[in-house]
Formats: sequence, C-alpha cells, structure tokens
Amino acid sequence: MNFTAVRAIYLFEMSRWGRTLLQSVASPVLSTSLYFIVFGAAIGSRIESIDGVSYGAFIVPGLVMLLLLNESTSNAAFGIYFPRFTGTIYEILSAPISPFEVVLGYVGAAATKSIVLGLIILATASFFVDLRIEHPLVMLLFLVLTAISFSLFGFIIGIWADGFEKLQVIPLLVLTPLTFLGGTFYSINMLPPFWQTVTLFNPIVYLVSGFRWSFYGVSDVPVAVSLGMTVLFLLVCLTGIWWIFRTGYRLKA
Amino acid sequence: MTAIISISGLSKTYASGFQALKSIDLTIERGEIFALLGPNGAGKTTLISAICGIVNPTGGSVTVDGLDIAKDFRAVRAMIGLVPQELATDMFETVLATVSFSRGLFGKSANPKHIETVLRQLSLWDKRNDKIMTLSGGMKRRVLIAKALAHEPLILFLDEPTAGVDVALRRDMWDIVRAMRESGVTIILTTHYIEEAEEMADRIGVINKGEIIVVEGKDELMRKLGKKQLELHLSTPLEGIPDALSPHDLQLNEEGTALVYTYDTRAERTGITSLLNDMREAGIGFSDISTTQSSLEDIFVDLVEKSQ
Repeated sequence: MNFTAVRAIYLFEMSRWGRTLLQSVASPVLSTSLYFIVFGAAIGSRIESIDGVSYGAFIVPGLVMLLLLNESTSNAAFGIYFPRFTGTIYEILSAPISPFEVVLGYVGAAATKSIVLGLIILATASFFVDLRIEHPLVMLLFLVLTAISFSLFGFIIGIWADGFEKLQVIPLLVLTPLTFLGGTFYSINMLPPFWQTVTLFNPIVYLVSGFRWSFYGVSDVPVAVSLGMTVLFLLVCLTGIWWIFRTGYRLKA
Repeated sequence: MTAIISISGLSKTYASGFQALKSIDLTIERGEIFALLGPNGAGKTTLISAICGIVNPTGGSVTVDGLDIAKDFRAVRAMIGLVPQELATDMFETVLATVSFSRGLFGKSANPKHIETVLRQLSLWDKRNDKIMTLSGGMKRRVLIAKALAHEPLILFLDEPTAGVDVALRRDMWDIVRAMRESGVTIILTTHYIEEAEEMADRIGVINKGEIIVVEGKDELMRKLGKKQLELHLSTPLEGIPDALSPHDLQLNEEGTALVYTYDTRAERTGITSLLNDMREAGIGFSDISTTQSSLEDIFVDLVEKSQ
C-alpha cells in the first residue's frame, strides 16, 4: 500500500477545494439556507407538522441529503475528469499506485468535502429550526456511507464524461429531480397509493427516509431497508470502478 | 554495460485496429542515452507509453532492472520518470506544489532539499511560487522535467523534449539531459530531429510504422545517415555521363541538365575536388551548384529498402 501516494492525491484535491472555498462552501450553504427560509420559515409556518415534526425541521435531513448527493457526485466527477481533460492523468497512470489507491485518494477527498459540507449545513439549519438528532451514530453512518457511495458514483461519471456538459448532466437532470421526488419535502405517505408504489423505485427515497429516521425516529421505509439499499448502491459503484480499471475504460488505450 | 530495460515481442493494436507496435525487441543499456528516432506516427510514444503503464500492450513482455512491468509495477514505476510530449500541467498549481506532489505520488517522502536541487538545476527556483499557467511554454516543459525527476528516477523517458522549443532552450535541454546522464540516469528520448539524436545519443534506434528498423551506435548510424548530394547544374546538357567522369559515382538527371554526386561528409575524402578537376579537364562547365542532405524521410526509405 502506497500511503504516501494516497496522501499526495488526497491533499492535492483538498487544496484545490481550499482555493475555491467561495464556490465550494459558500454557495451550497447559501442555497440551502434559502430553502430553510422559503420552505421552513415562510411556507412551513402554514403547513401542519408531519409525524409530529414541524415542517421546517422535517425537511432538514432531505436537504442535507440533496446537498450531499450533488456535492459528492460533482466533486468526485470533476476531480478525476480534470486531469483527464488537461492530460495530467499520464502521471497518475505511470505512478507506482494501484487503482484502489487512486480511488481512495480521489474518492476520499470528495467524500471528506461533502461530509464537512453536510455538517456545516446541519449547523446552519440549527439556526433556523429546532433540530434534534435521536440517533447521532446512525446519522453519521448514513452521512459517511452516502458521501462515499456518491463520490464513487461521481468518480465513474468523471471517467465516463467526455465533456464538461456530461459532468453536469447526471447531477442536474437525474439526481436533483430524484431527490425532490424522493421525499425531501414531504413524507411519501402523503402521496396517493399509486404514486407511493412508484416512488419506491426511486433509490433516493431510501436514503432520505433512513437519514430522517436517525433524526426524528420516523421513516417512510424501515431503516434496515434504507441501510441495505445504501450499501447495495455502494457495492454497485465499487463494481463499476473495478470494471473501469480492469478494462482501462477511457483511462488507458 | 548491462541491460536496464529488455523489451521482447512487444506489440500494440489499438481498438480501432491500428497496429502501432509490431513485435518490438529492444534492449536499453544502463546509463546510456538512447534516442528513438522516427517520423510522426511511427510508434515512439506508444512504445514509451506501454513501458510506463499508460497504454496496455497487446502482447510481449518488458522487464526493467529484471522486474516485469506488470507483475512488479510498483517497483518498476518507482524507477521511471516520464516527461510527456504534450504540455500537460496543473495550470492553477504553483511550480513547487506540483513538483512536490509528483514526489509524493511516486511514494517518496517529502524532501525539500532534493526538490530545491531539481528546481535550481532547471532554472525554476525563482519561479517556484508562480502558478504554472503564467509560465511560458519552455518553462512549462522544464516543470514537466522537474516533476519527472522529483522522485529520483533511475530511468528517464523524454518524449520529444524539444518539440516546439526555440534554439536556445533546445541547447539548454541538451545540457540538462547530459547532466542527468552524468548523475547516472539512463535516458530514453524520442525525436524526429536527426541533429538531436546526433547531438545527444550514445545509441540510436530507428522506428518506422511500429517496427524497429535498426539499432546502432550513433557513429555507425550517422555514417549511414550522413550522406549528402551535390547537384551540378550544367551549362550545356549532356546525353550521358562522359567516360572521363566514370570513376565518380555520378547520376545524370532525366533532362541531362544536372549531375548528381552522392558523397559521405564524414569520409576522409569527399571526392568533390577531384570530381571538379576532372570536369574542368573534360571541359564540362556548370552554371550553378547546390547541396542537399538526405532527409529523414529519404533515410527511412533507404533503411526500409535495405531491411527488406
């Protein structure tokens, strides 16, 4: 195991983050705060509490999840796409490091960033709503697992993308709609039975539901199912990455 | 000398079906400067990329210092530094940061002293805190060399190190390469400039269309490549080569307006003086004179024909 190399990639990626703090930290914090003001304070005050939780507090886990999915995916995607774009990937490919170590460096950094952001958003939320976390360890487990899974997912997108547009397509056109429809702003029990069934095909539902359970002890689907789905997604992404390195897909001729 | 790199039967066929390397056999000696000479698209970069792990070979094997490049990739790659042809840099990083990163990436613990030595050697020390995007093309190339040297490699691959580089910088680059060799580094450089191979290399391998046509010591090869042609434009066209000039290796062009004399610049005697004397005595006048050096293209054609 070449820890020095993993550390070099990790620190390189973190310093890139440090250079763009305004874009990478201030902007997600601002946009999430706007959600709290509009949905939590303004509209939320006119909506009844859901499962005994005030609407403003109810949407917090979903919003953190929304941010976590988008940030993990786009950070990791950009992290590996940029060296491919500039050509500096030659150095990674010719270095004495295994694919696993490359992934550990890039995905580790992307996951760290989104975990830190997630915690910042939670801290921000506590200014707007009365936040309580019933199962802090489970909350952290979901936070970390989701950050890692979606950073792996982002890494795959960063390898697959052959232009800057494709980097944005999945986060904007797939993840954001799925998150909005995945129970971020409502409990799926509020939907008509048919749409409840349809919603169960949306994997984000399981993430939001499990994450919300760790806060308020209420969930749309059993928490074990949520955890199982998260781990399943993690395994699917790991398999994808294993395949990429085995075949050299878009990395090696 | 002992071999540091042994390549045997190395081939590469791209997904498109293009065969970039056709069963390459090549040995690189420890401590030498080896020039891989060939036209664009000959397979130079593919060969380097296959050894360095950037391209997956289709067949064959390569050992570096006795270790297989696939099985012992960690040990092998730690020994190798690669300077790519393209100026691929992390443009937003500073020189110092990017060179230090390279050292870490190759598994070596931080050593600011070594990094300083490398940067000073390449006249980059004053620019260490500059962002790479602010540097000129020549400076960027130096940064790439510094990155390749950051982990103290035993073998340095330079892919077209002087492509698009001005004359002064090219001289500098040659000095740098020589200094590397002095410090014991084995250097493999690719080029399509004959003069570069001539200036730098101990041995030269000529590659064309994915095949190594010839590998020879520089002096031996340059004797073969160093042919020049003297063209004498005649005042009055001739119908054939006069008997008086038959001892010389001459050719008459189709129109009979010019005599072409092929000679070796490195030979003790070029034979030009005696040719001109014989022409004067035979009363053959000429109105113009020009010399041409056989181009790399001509040499390839020549070599390919000879190898068949």
